[in-house]
Amino acid sequence: MVGSPVHRVSAEDAWSRSMHPDIESERHSQSFNVEELTNILDGGAQNTALRRKVESIIHSEPELSLKNNYFMTQNERYEAAIKKKFHILMLAQRLGWSEGSRELQYASRTVSGDLGFAIHHIFQKTIQTLGSEEQIAKWDPLCSKFQILGTYAQTEMGHGTYLQGLETEATYDAATQEFVVHSPTMTAIKWWPGDLGRSATHALVQAQLICSGARHGMHAFIVPIRSLDDHSPLPGITTGDIGPKMDFDHTDNGFLKLDHVRIPRENMLNRFAQVLPDGTYVKLGVPKSNYLSMVAVRVDMLLGEVLPLLQKACTIAVRYAVVRRQSRLRPSDPEAKVLDYQTQQQKLFPPLAMAYAFHFVANNLLEFFRHSYSSILDGDFALLPELHALSAGLKAMLSDFCTQAVEQCRRACGGHGYSKLSGLPSLLTRVTASCTYEGENTVLYLQTARFLIKSYLNTQKSPGSASKGSLPQSVTYLTAPEVARCPARTAADFLHPKLYTTAWAHVAVRLIKDSVHHLQTLRQAGADEHDAWNQTTVIHVQAAKAHLYYVTVKIFTEALEKLESQPAIQQVLKRLCDLYALHGILTNSGDFLHDGFLSGAQTDMARKAYLDLLPLIRKDAILLTDAFDFTDQCLNSALGCYDGHAYERLFQWAQKSPTNTEGNPAYEKYIRPLLQGRRARL
Amino acid sequence: MNQDLQKERAGASFIPELLTNVLDGSPENTRRRREIENLILKDPDFQHENLNFLSRSQRYEVAVKKSATMVEKMRKFGIADPDEIMWFKKLHMVNFVEPVGLNYSMFIPTLLNQGTTAQQEKWLHSSKGLEIIGTYAQTEMGHGTHLRGLETTATYDPETQEFILNSPTVTSIKWWPGGLGKTSNHAIVLAQLITQGKCYGLHAFIVPIRELGTHKPLPGITVGDIGPKFGYDEMDNGYLKMDNYRIPRENMLMKHVKPDGTYVKPLSNKLTYGTMVFIRSFLVGESARCLSKACTIAIRYSAVRHQSEIKPGEPEPQILDYQTQQYKLFPLLATAYAFQFVGAYMKETYHRINEDIGHGDLSELPELHALTAGLKAFTSWTANAGIEACRMACGGHGYSHCSGLPNIYVNFTPTCTFEGENTVMMLQTARFLMKSYDQVHSGKLVCGMVSYLNDLPSQRIQPQQVAVWPTAVDINSPDSLTEAYKLRAARLVEIAAKNLQTEVIRRKSKEVAWNLASIDLVRASEAHCHYVAVKLFTEKVLQIPEKSIQAVLRRLCLLYSLYGISQNAGDFLQGSIMTESQITQVNERIKELLTAIRPDAVALVDAFDFQDVTLGSVLGRYDGNVYENMFEWAKKSPLNKTEVHESYKHLKSLHSKL
Repeated sequence: MVGSPVHRVSAEDAWSRSMHPDIESERHSQSFNVEELTNILDGGAQNTALRRKVESIIHSEPELSLKNNYFMTQNERYEAAIKKKFHILMLAQRLGWSEGSRELQYASRTVSGDLGFAIHHIFQKTIQTLGSEEQIAKWDPLCSKFQILGTYAQTEMGHGTYLQGLETEATYDAATQEFVVHSPTMTAIKWWPGDLGRSATHALVQAQLICSGARHGMHAFIVPIRSLDDHSPLPGITTGDIGPKMDFDHTDNGFLKLDHVRIPRENMLNRFAQVLPDGTYVKLGVPKSNYLSMVAVRVDMLLGEVLPLLQKACTIAVRYAVVRRQSRLRPSDPEAKVLDYQTQQQKLFPPLAMAYAFHFVANNLLEFFRHSYSSILDGDFALLPELHALSAGLKAMLSDFCTQAVEQCRRACGGHGYSKLSGLPSLLTRVTASCTYEGENTVLYLQTARFLIKSYLNTQKSPGSASKGSLPQSVTYLTAPEVARCPARTAADFLHPKLYTTAWAHVAVRLIKDSVHHLQTLRQAGADEHDAWNQTTVIHVQAAKAHLYYVTVKIFTEALEKLESQPAIQQVLKRLCDLYALHGILTNSGDFLHDGFLSGAQTDMARKAYLDLLPLIRKDAILLTDAFDFTDQCLNSALGCYDGHAYERLFQWAQKSPTNTEGNPAYEKYIRPLLQGRRARL
Repeated sequence: MNQDLQKERAGASFIPELLTNVLDGSPENTRRRREIENLILKDPDFQHENLNFLSRSQRYEVAVKKSATMVEKMRKFGIADPDEIMWFKKLHMVNFVEPVGLNYSMFIPTLLNQGTTAQQEKWLHSSKGLEIIGTYAQTEMGHGTHLRGLETTATYDPETQEFILNSPTVTSIKWWPGGLGKTSNHAIVLAQLITQGKCYGLHAFIVPIRELGTHKPLPGITVGDIGPKFGYDEMDNGYLKMDNYRIPRENMLMKHVKPDGTYVKPLSNKLTYGTMVFIRSFLVGESARCLSKACTIAIRYSAVRHQSEIKPGEPEPQILDYQTQQYKLFPLLATAYAFQFVGAYMKETYHRINEDIGHGDLSELPELHALTAGLKAFTSWTANAGIEACRMACGGHGYSHCSGLPNIYVNFTPTCTFEGENTVMMLQTARFLMKSYDQVHSGKLVCGMVSYLNDLPSQRIQPQQVAVWPTAVDINSPDSLTEAYKLRAARLVEIAAKNLQTEVIRRKSKEVAWNLASIDLVRASEAHCHYVAVKLFTEKVLQIPEKSIQAVLRRLCLLYSLYGISQNAGDFLQGSIMTESQITQVNERIKELLTAIRPDAVALVDAFDFQDVTLGSVLGRYDGNVYENMFEWAKKSPLNKTEVHESYKHLKSLHSKL
């Protein structure tokens, strides 16, 4: 038995010094080295060491504890997040953690991103990319020293994804050399920006530029909104918090209504466009980098926000499932661990497989982003369309799947999964927001679909000239030789990565062709281009989803190939990869049976292969979640601690709830009169 | 009134009121329901602050207050019919959570079922008059669905003629009972009875937990609230730990225990099925109502919200005009209607069978019991996902509590785990399906919803020709689609039965085999329930006399059936129930139906007839004035009470220190 690593133990309670026997037995025989798998996930043993060092520093600071989060009001959460941010900034200063460093990333992971001023950094970054040298010189130091606090105000109450629809106006007044920034309607009120409700002193406002009588589209303006002396809203500014939400209590999402607010001409960010003193509009280029920063946010959020939420949910649900005993498998046995039920495995292992699959996918995307980023900086934009399509699609797919999987983990914990103390409700309310922020998912799937259709049409244009090399790498399979029938003859054949990758490629290609076909049929029938598009969007989304599934399966299988030197780990991950691919095939079996690619008999084989994987993964399930290496403090779950003492903790935590420590005013006011009033009358 | 909604309502092909009557069962029911609604909505005692702006403790307080008021008002208004009680309660609290609710729903009924006449005399009067407030403590921290696993003990001490109650382990602490944490002063506790050194299994005991007059926990009792949850903020779900806590012998409910201590089984276990059937049929109705509410909000908002462009240069269209939005929402709308009718059917059946029971006929109970288990799971799973899909279809604003959707979701989702965890429920239905399959196999015909098992080719002496059963599906005929669902259910039941058999032979143990076939078994149950839902919807449509209503419901029924086929195409293809080209036609037909339903969408949700107060949503307001009210709502948030928030002190210290 490998002793419990010190970094995992919750220092504060007595139970963590002993292991619950039901979880201890799961760790007895190790079919692979958990530490090595952790190193793979961290991207090297050095990173693991650094992360743990940061974690131990963070956990030794009581100000950074997450312990009371479940008991706090929205107000308290906000205040605590500001305090924590403040504390981490001081730590960073003391320890020399620079902005954007690994240490700060790990610190943020350790406190589950429960920090204020997230948007302040976006404010600063946007000035860096859209501002002129003078503007950067003026504003950047103010941001770094927190002498001003910024927010990024784009979304309006009535307008989201579609930027051209924004209504806020910035009208140039040549007489005073000022812009007049104004919200002309109710729907134009800026709505949702983080850090706006109570924190920000300045907002980067996206508004329609109007000068010399013409409209010039969206531009960014720096608008002071709160007094630097007493923080009160400046004249013409109506601002506040948008009220309670499903989660993100620590963030003060806000509203901003501008009533003819005047700002100097210099406050328009003017790297790519300028308004001259006389009101002449000058365009200086296309801000592709602006576009790129949106892509960067989508890539970052997958690793920084979305994926850890799923990994935590899996850790909690799988650990609880070996501690929880329920009913009997045989009449003479003691009650069985719920993880031994096939239906429980069916609920938890596909999410676990996704948690690993998406780790490799998100890292692969990050690499691709870095690679394309450097060529874009060199002025080569060739990779941009693919990068955009891939990041949009994967953001949509991963946020969708992670949300469903987290909810599945939550429900797999039965009643206790409904308690906030399990940690699971908060994981869900947090991850589900990612389906609509940074681009609504359906809109994003359709962007991927557009890219696929375009790529496919390119392969059709001139068969000779469209050499394989010119096709973006993620869609080269569009020209691969057709395999009309799946060659599988036994269930075991479905455990060949090549076989299931080909199966996914086949379905993706068929659906993309179908998409194109539907579109062309409508066009030929006389439908206008845009109507035709709208009337075929359901199939486009379906095609994009199949393509993305194919991409994720392919990335996972390729990642496995690189693990040859660690056969034990490779084997256990391959089972997850097989499960991931087959789970997708079986839940979409209609698509595979549709053109006879899979026969009915083959579908049964795939199902058998899938079911046979469950007991194999069962043996390693706890170790696979241990490898994510979350500290107990970071998981913040009464059910999911490393030592397995779920019930003791649940009882202890519940007793600390304010409902138990702060008396019961309802008794004096209502219950007592109810009881006594009745008695008097009876 | 918002212009978009006005236009939508003017363009509808039917009068929503007529459809409302269909949903309520009759115009008379609609009238009575509204009468009760108005009693509450016009009563100043039931007005309250927006719950979203209150802390958990404040929400609990509001609920206690209203719980108390409600008891008096129901008496005053003479509301006694179970359905009417439901309407009444659901309305006066948007979330229908009442801390003293378990006194009426569990404490008193258990007393009636299991208490002797003497016990009823002693307790019934005071609990009905709320002289004492009772709750029902069954679930323990470590034990839920599997009742025999409960650990709490009640050991008889003949010397003092008392029972000594103990919670011997952490896992034995009673956990979750509603109203236990702060409100109740008595609990019916389920515990293992031990006397003369022998354990006699679970029995029910009346346990005083708080002192009358001070409300303080009695010595030996540790009681409290289990802390914050996903939803149900208003409810004080509680824990209860007992240490050598003594109660008199008379506090054990003893209707079924003879004076000499021998235990008499109640007349028929089947009778208790009746209550379960009632609760589950209520939960199916609850699935329908919650999904209907979510659809109402999402569809009205989609008609008000304008976004992007379909054609360049044209004004931004209503998002309800996007095919993807229709594809998200209309199948859910159709599902909501399907479940409304499933719920109504179950309620009727319950009443009918209740009459049969009155005449001593219990023959239909087992099937109904098995069916309701599965339907509770099937509808609650579907509604759970559907509500969340509606929320996401509202984009960012769906995430704000002003949409009302997060509340609907968090308060609905426990339906998947309480009153029987859904997977366990599905497996109960599967047990009945397997029994029926075996019965047919051994030559006996089965009747009721499972009668299709009589027609399985493998069950016939003369194998049916393959050509007779597939491909004849007419995708425009609800009847024909019902047949297709029937074939799918039959096939999946047979597969599950055969796989179970194979495992039994291989594993030698029935229980182990059952576990290893359970994924297939759940699939079979789901297919069976889906068939039942399609069948009931189809039959309902045929009974509607009014042509315009029938036409619009027929479209929804077709959409419900076809969408299910499209989503489960693999089952229909693999079973050769439909061909590839038929599946293609199904997908095309779904898109046509989306277009056909589009003009009636708003009227279809209007017909659910939810008042704005019940919806609790800014996005779903009947008048469609969403944005103005969203702004007003936000301004009322307690966080905006002062212009400069008190936490400004942290911000101020920030730049001075860095």
